[in-house]
Amino acid sequence: MNSLIPLLVAAPLAGAALLLLGGRALDRFGHWLATALAALSFGFGLALFSDLLGRDAEHRTVTKHLFSWIPVNGFQADFTFRLDQLSMTFVLLITGVGTLIHLYSVGYMAHDERRRRFFAYLNLFLAAMLLLVVADNYLLLYFGWEGVGLASYLLIGFWQHKPSAATAAKKAFIVNRVGDMGLSIAIMLMFAEFGSFAFGPILGSEGAAGGAHQASEGKLTAIGLMLLLAACGKSAQVPLQSWLGDAMEGPTPVSALIHAATMVTAGVYLITRSSAIFDLAPDAQTAVVVVGAVTLLFGAIVGCAKDDIKKALAGSTMSQIGYMVLAAGLGPIGYAFAIMHLVTHGFFKAGLFLGAGSVMHGMNDEVNMRHYGGLRKYMPVTFVTFGLGYLAIIGFPGLSGFFSKDKIIEAAFAKGGTEGWILGLCALVGAAVTAFYMTRVMVLTFFGEKRWQPDEEGNAPHPHESPKTMTVPMVLLAFGSVFAGGLFAFNDSFLKWLEPVTGHEEGNSPLAPLTVTLLTTACMLAGVALAYLVYGRSPVPVVPPVGSPLTRAARRDLLQDDFNHAVLVRPGSALTATLVYFDSRGLDGFVNGLAATIGGLSGRLRRVQNGFVRSYALSMFGGTLVLVATTLLMRSV
Amino acid sequence: MNPVNYLYLAALLFTIGAAGVLIRRNAIVLFMCVELMLNASNLALVTFSRLHGTLDGQIIAFFTMVVAAAEVVVGLAIIVSIFRTRHSASVDDSNLMKL
Amino acid sequence: MSALLSATCAVPAAGAVLTAALPAGSSESRRRATKAVALGVSAVTLVLAAVVAARFEPHGDRYQLTESYSWIRSFGITFSLGVDGIGAVLALLTAVLVPMVMLASWHDADPGPAGPDGTFENRRRTQAFFALILAVEAMVIVSFYATDVFLFYVFFEAMLIPMYFLIGGFGDRAGGPESARQRSYAAVKFLLYNLLGGLVMLAAVIGLYVVAQDQGFGTFDLPTLASAVADGKLQLSGTAEKALFLGFFFAFAVKAPLWPLHTWLPNAMGEATAGTAVLITAVVDKVGTFAMLRFCLGLFPHASKTFAPAILVLALVGIVYGALLAVGQKDIKRLVAYASISHFGFIIMGIFALTSQGQSGATLYMVNHGLSTAAWMLVAGFLISRRGSRLIADYGGVQKVAPVLAGTFLIGSLATLSLPGLAPFVSEFLVLVGTFTRYPAIGIVATFGIVLAALYALLLYQRTMTGPVKDGVRTMPDLKARELAVVAPLVALTVLLGVYPKPLTDLVNPSVNATLSQVHETDPAPAHPVAATSGGEQK
Repeated sequence: MNSLIPLLVAAPLAGAALLLLGGRALDRFGHWLATALAALSFGFGLALFSDLLGRDAEHRTVTKHLFSWIPVNGFQADFTFRLDQLSMTFVLLITGVGTLIHLYSVGYMAHDERRRRFFAYLNLFLAAMLLLVVADNYLLLYFGWEGVGLASYLLIGFWQHKPSAATAAKKAFIVNRVGDMGLSIAIMLMFAEFGSFAFGPILGSEGAAGGAHQASEGKLTAIGLMLLLAACGKSAQVPLQSWLGDAMEGPTPVSALIHAATMVTAGVYLITRSSAIFDLAPDAQTAVVVVGAVTLLFGAIVGCAKDDIKKALAGSTMSQIGYMVLAAGLGPIGYAFAIMHLVTHGFFKAGLFLGAGSVMHGMNDEVNMRHYGGLRKYMPVTFVTFGLGYLAIIGFPGLSGFFSKDKIIEAAFAKGGTEGWILGLCALVGAAVTAFYMTRVMVLTFFGEKRWQPDEEGNAPHPHESPKTMTVPMVLLAFGSVFAGGLFAFNDSFLKWLEPVTGHEEGNSPLAPLTVTLLTTACMLAGVALAYLVYGRSPVPVVPPVGSPLTRAARRDLLQDDFNHAVLVRPGSALTATLVYFDSRGLDGFVNGLAATIGGLSGRLRRVQNGFVRSYALSMFGGTLVLVATTLLMRSV
Repeated sequence: MNPVNYLYLAALLFTIGAAGVLIRRNAIVLFMCVELMLNASNLALVTFSRLHGTLDGQIIAFFTMVVAAAEVVVGLAIIVSIFRTRHSASVDDSNLMKL
Repeated sequence: MSALLSATCAVPAAGAVLTAALPAGSSESRRRATKAVALGVSAVTLVLAAVVAARFEPHGDRYQLTESYSWIRSFGITFSLGVDGIGAVLALLTAVLVPMVMLASWHDADPGPAGPDGTFENRRRTQAFFALILAVEAMVIVSFYATDVFLFYVFFEAMLIPMYFLIGGFGDRAGGPESARQRSYAAVKFLLYNLLGGLVMLAAVIGLYVVAQDQGFGTFDLPTLASAVADGKLQLSGTAEKALFLGFFFAFAVKAPLWPLHTWLPNAMGEATAGTAVLITAVVDKVGTFAMLRFCLGLFPHASKTFAPAILVLALVGIVYGALLAVGQKDIKRLVAYASISHFGFIIMGIFALTSQGQSGATLYMVNHGLSTAAWMLVAGFLISRRGSRLIADYGGVQKVAPVLAGTFLIGSLATLSLPGLAPFVSEFLVLVGTFTRYPAIGIVATFGIVLAALYALLLYQRTMTGPVKDGVRTMPDLKARELAVVAPLVALTVLLGVYPKPLTDLVNPSVNATLSQVHETDPAPAHPVAATSGGEQK
């Protein structure tokens, strides 16, 4: 059965290779081929899942060694795959949501002349992401990690003719590279410390303690911080969050799959996977929760100010991943809930993005919510599915987001002490703001009067419901948004499933669970009410008002780009320019100066060569005299 | 007679030759002065041969003569052809070989 | 004594003579015949070099397939060849790249249009170009196979001659009226820099002989000298060893090129044709790094250890400096040159980290950098030949009109920035890990290189390939079959060696271990070792 694990990765990889190399012959059915291979991979995932379920809960780790990748003496990196409860969860999420989004893209990209290439990249993404989650060592994980970065680069910049898209793609890749630097340093640290970077030996497996227990806390903290840097890059956490908003330049299915449901959660996977390291390095854990808490507020504030529907959702993604990172930083109290929120978020955020894509599809690719309004009558399916996703994300009782987010807030309080209070309150405020900005999105898009504007070519929008290939995935994801949370929370089934991998502790919450739930719900309702008061009661201006300084800053992503520009980009380009000058004038100038000096000296010296035979004779004569005199002198001495 | 006197003569001849090369401008005279220096050294070589009682000096003197003869042939030819083209035998007039 | 190695060296040498002697003429058929002969010769060389690599037994003797012919007996100089894993791999790389370079430069040496009187400027251009490439190939392969210090020196220096003519005599179409002057400046600069290095090395070679002869080793035979040094039979005084080491190292560092001796490279690579630029950076410069590994470490182990930290710092500066300058370039080929300087920093760092990961990584890096830079530079050359400009600003939106060209250029860029899955990643990571285990701070700073690499590679891609289509680009044709035939194998090899580099590491590892034991150095042991492979049981 475990030979199916490589096939999991191989199926979409083969699809990518076929579509990229196959040429125009595949233009007609390539997208269906890609979708079928994604579905096949999902099928393999289900088969493996049922196999795992058939096993004893303690023995659900399966490995499959394929071949030796980089063997150099002590350095042994292998192509070994590992499937346990944690990776299984990801495999199902990735292939499941991935297949739905392939299906959606068939409709969404129907009119794009480079559709075959788009599907090739999507398949490439699936393969890389699956490799990331089934890798059995950190270097192979790094392979997948950068692979998804590449796919993300290609897909963000899919419409390369738009300079903004090309810039956004490059920015995403480079910011991610900074994170990748953290991952490579972490791997180097592990190799120097343990002589290995495979999961089993370091993290321990199936009850056996790994090498992490022997290492000093300082080393583990360093490794943990570097892993956190990597997670910040991939999961768009502060301070490496700046790329996610721009990444919305990509086609909407990409935003749904990569920049909402799967890839951006890789950081959470990394932290959870490395739980054995973080549990032994409390300082690193503190850094994780701080990053999570800051980002969840940061993203939420940005989400409140954006008029671009996708960027508002991107802010929300950042914020929700902040919740997951926060939970993962809490240690065994929170790991399982981080992953649970990750999965439910995968459903409802993918659904929301697909809904946004559907709206854009019907509105001539308009993204400004101030130009929407009253769309619920024209796009009923989109409205309902988007609405269900909306209720899920704000944590409306009974829907997916309610269960997972509530658990995280409880866990934050359960951290205990002042820390627990601060984190818990942050999470509560976040819940209120989430409700506010999502209600804003909902109201601006589907309610109120029409504020439609003609596009650049003067065509007035004719909103219409999207084709079946697009609505079916939306409906399925809406099902997930509604029921997944309840299913996971029922009898703590999700927790029990993950516990052998992540461990679990209850913590000691100062508040009763019911209190937290009530508080969360109250915060949520307050957020909804406030948004309704602001946007639902009075007409929305088409041209955005000036707004408070905070709003203006939030529209500019809380000045993150200005900061990066001032602190990194401008000094960087100044440095580069200086170095270019130094290289041509300094280093080369030194050498050229040397050459010029020698040339000048020779110029002086050649004056001696005046062409008069007799002066040559004189110099010969003088030279001979000197030689003779020297010889005589030397002999006499 | 003391053979050292021949050395004095050789030195005198060499000095005359050298001074002539440095002072005179006429190519023919210059040429003769060079010959004078060569012959002065020949005289010195032969004298040394006599002084040391070996034949080495005389052999070298023969070599020098052969080289001198060859040099005369080439040198005179050059001087004649220069004179033909420039109508002057002054060495200061042919100063084109400079950088 | 098989003559396999000398045959591998002799075939391209004979081919060079043959190609040069082929009848000249301006007719297309004559030129095509010349090119076909040269390509055929390089293909035979490739087969021979592959046979050498295949016959090499990784766990056998250090030097295999050895041959020795007497040459200058009174100084103990012999024409002796032998191959170790590193030499075999690098000679194979050379033999792989030369046919690619020839195919890519197929029309670079065609005579220009006929003058007003119907004559051509230089009727032997084509013959000369291809003969010179084969000459370079022969000399480089001898350098990789030479086991005699003096023999190595002779060919190390001799390859400057054909390279000088290749750089000075053949430029791309992008140059303006200034270009001939620029090109001769670049060629002279190349020659002077390398000649200076070579002369210092010559002094050191003679010095080594004098010192060794005093102790009864009147020979230039590398295995003899190296084992005598390792056994302590040949003892150099501290100062002498350091001076000799620096003499050798200086020559190799100029050629490699190590910061701050690098400034000839951007000029040479910028002005030469793309094919010649690949020869410079992917083939000729590798002799420098190869020689550091073989001669500096083998002959002067103590001095190597003494100077290692200083060299590592220079290499580190080179990594960051090269990358930063690449970001600031306006000229595509100069950008590639500065990127190469950064990469050579990694190679040298790997060698002097004195760990098995570092040195295996450095050796793989030489191969992988050769393949990936060749792909990147040759596609850049195709691009430049279409537009007739080297300036980045003259391009934009190429992917719209020539998607295959843009795609292969992207793969080249990704290889340059060491994307996992492509060959350069394997080597770069090994070098970083190998350096980190001994010098953590240097390893961490070097990691910044990977961010900067992403910056210059993707910035170049973005500026040339994406965005609105620029005017001069609008009618640009996509890659032709010949060009695709050049790029496809390079890309395939880059991918293959990125996923399955084991055949190479198997060849290289034993030689690297032998080199390390010569330096009396072992890998730093991990603080808390654990079983290297996964503990999870297989079910």
